[in-house]
Amino acid sequence: MSAHVAARWTTQTRRFEKNAATREPAWVKAALMTVALLFFGLFLLLPLATVFAEALRKGWQVYFAALAEPDARSAMVLTLLVAAIAVPLNLIFGLAAAWAIAKFDFRGKQLLTTLIDLPFSVSPVIAGLIYVLIFGAQGWFGPWLIENDIKMIFAVPGLVLATVFVTFPFVARELIPLMQAQGREEEEAAIVLGASGWKTFWYVTLPNIKWGLIYGVVLCNARAMGEFGAVSVVSGHIRGRTNTLPLHVEILYNEYQFAAAFAVASLLALLALLTLVIKSFVEWQGRQSMHTSQNISEVIQ
Amino acid sequence: MKFFLLSRLILSFALAVGINGAASAQTALLNVSYDPTREFYQDFNAAFARHWKNQTGETVIIQQSHGGAGKQARAVIDGLEADVVTLALAYDIDAIAGKARLIPQDWQSRLPYNSSPYTSTIVFLVRKGNPKGIKDWDDLVKPGVSVITPNPKTSGGARWNYLAAWGYALKQYGNDEAKARDFVTRLYKNVAVLDSGARGSTTTFAERGIGDVLISWENEAFLANRELGPDRLEMVVPSLSILAEPPVTVIDKVVDRRGTRKIAEAYLRYLYSEEGQNLAGKHYYRPHDPKIMAQYAGQFPQVNLFTIDEVFGGWAKAQQIHFADNGVFDQIYQLGR
Repeated sequence: MSAHVAARWTTQTRRFEKNAATREPAWVKAALMTVALLFFGLFLLLPLATVFAEALRKGWQVYFAALAEPDARSAMVLTLLVAAIAVPLNLIFGLAAAWAIAKFDFRGKQLLTTLIDLPFSVSPVIAGLIYVLIFGAQGWFGPWLIENDIKMIFAVPGLVLATVFVTFPFVARELIPLMQAQGREEEEAAIVLGASGWKTFWYVTLPNIKWGLIYGVVLCNARAMGEFGAVSVVSGHIRGRTNTLPLHVEILYNEYQFAAAFAVASLLALLALLTLVIKSFVEWQGRQSMHTSQNISEVIQ
Repeated sequence: MKFFLLSRLILSFALAVGINGAASAQTALLNVSYDPTREFYQDFNAAFARHWKNQTGETVIIQQSHGGAGKQARAVIDGLEADVVTLALAYDIDAIAGKARLIPQDWQSRLPYNSSPYTSTIVFLVRKGNPKGIKDWDDLVKPGVSVITPNPKTSGGARWNYLAAWGYALKQYGNDEAKARDFVTRLYKNVAVLDSGARGSTTTFAERGIGDVLISWENEAFLANRELGPDRLEMVVPSLSILAEPPVTVIDKVVDRRGTRKIAEAYLRYLYSEEGQNLAGKHYYRPHDPKIMAQYAGQFPQVNLFTIDEVFGGWAKAQQIHFADNGVFDQIYQLGR
């Protein structure tokens, strides 16, 4: 069904494009393209190229020395550790929240949906300060934490908390519209046929949302590793102990080690590029699987 | 259910990492310092670790955290576990004594020279050839001169800068407070960027190329000149400046909890030793030891210096009048805008 509609739509687009009356003049097209490309080049491509150019300005030796330096290595390890804790936590939360919102009706659902978006509207620095006010030595739980010798802020748990906060919405935001669009029919059918809740989730829900989920996790991870503001507030900036990669870049820059700073920044840029590649692969896979399922449903009909 | 268990597992892992981090860091000292001391403490920490190894056979790792002095003091108050703090001015350490009660009120009398193992002063950095002809504080208030200095609310160095200007104006106008205030107001009207720390201001001026003159720590000016090329920058020494005493102290509550008092105290005392003083001189801080100072005498320009006690009656008073909320700085900065 939908394939027919799609086919008709494409031919219409072609006719619409051929007709001079409904087509933009060539100069408008050219102008829009130039503006878009200029913006793209000026604000995205040029800075990205600068990062790599500056990183390699003093040669490969300085570049690799900057990455092999112990403080840089511990910053990498810490960044990976924080992401390895924060991303799964938000994966679980995002799945649970999206499932609850898309598949069930309950009081306060609208409120929950709004609250999930909260970290997008709060400045990351404020997010960091919230945790200082709660867990800091002068904060609500500060004295209790000191008594029990538990370190929250200025240590790994604080970094994880701040990262979880800023990356909170990514998975849930990705899944909610997807799951809402898919409806509940398949799950209801599975339950009627006698599948348990867990089985329904594992064999029916999860395969349907697989690509959306991976997409959300990739975005979540990119932000978790690149976060600066919130993490800067709760870090304490102790070299080799609470410095993540973005913070390490700042330190190097402030120590006049510009090539080294850009070398570490290029790692983050590479991560961003890798994220983009995975993202487009996932999107492509997602479209593929959508087409197959459409073809199957057509065959059935 | 399984998800619940999984998240419990991950949470307990996170907590374990936090606690382990504390347990394994026993032989590590944390020195929370201000911005321009980065290079000095890098060298000094290595020297002290060698000294301690020779003396006791123990290995010590000294970890560093740097930032604007006010911001760093705030972090210590909020629970950053510093064994020692080496900040830009006494008031920031007073805040740690007053607000968080981590150290006794009389901390500054525990080590020689008001607990300041080295001193510095405030000078100007201008572009090569001094195109705006800046010679003294008077030139900074001229219209069309763009000044770079950090924010006195967050940076210790910035507060010394401000007080140096104020002290100069008082002397120039025969101790007329109103005229001094007008002078400093005009100066801050010329400020183009207020960074949060001294190092931020240096990169703004030297690397980003903003402004005609940077008001800076003497040691920071020397360092920037060396790192960023003497072919681009020039140091200018004003006719009068302030004697800046950056003090150090052990944080009693932290060292007693962590059992690091002995080594933390030895660390600070080593700043007064021959090697410590020598390294301070090498990094353009003015050493106290007369013998070492004589070695470095040629390096430091002759400057007429006044102390904060002489002109402002000490840090507590200066802080309250000038830098507290709605203090003189807030008033003139609002006027200046």
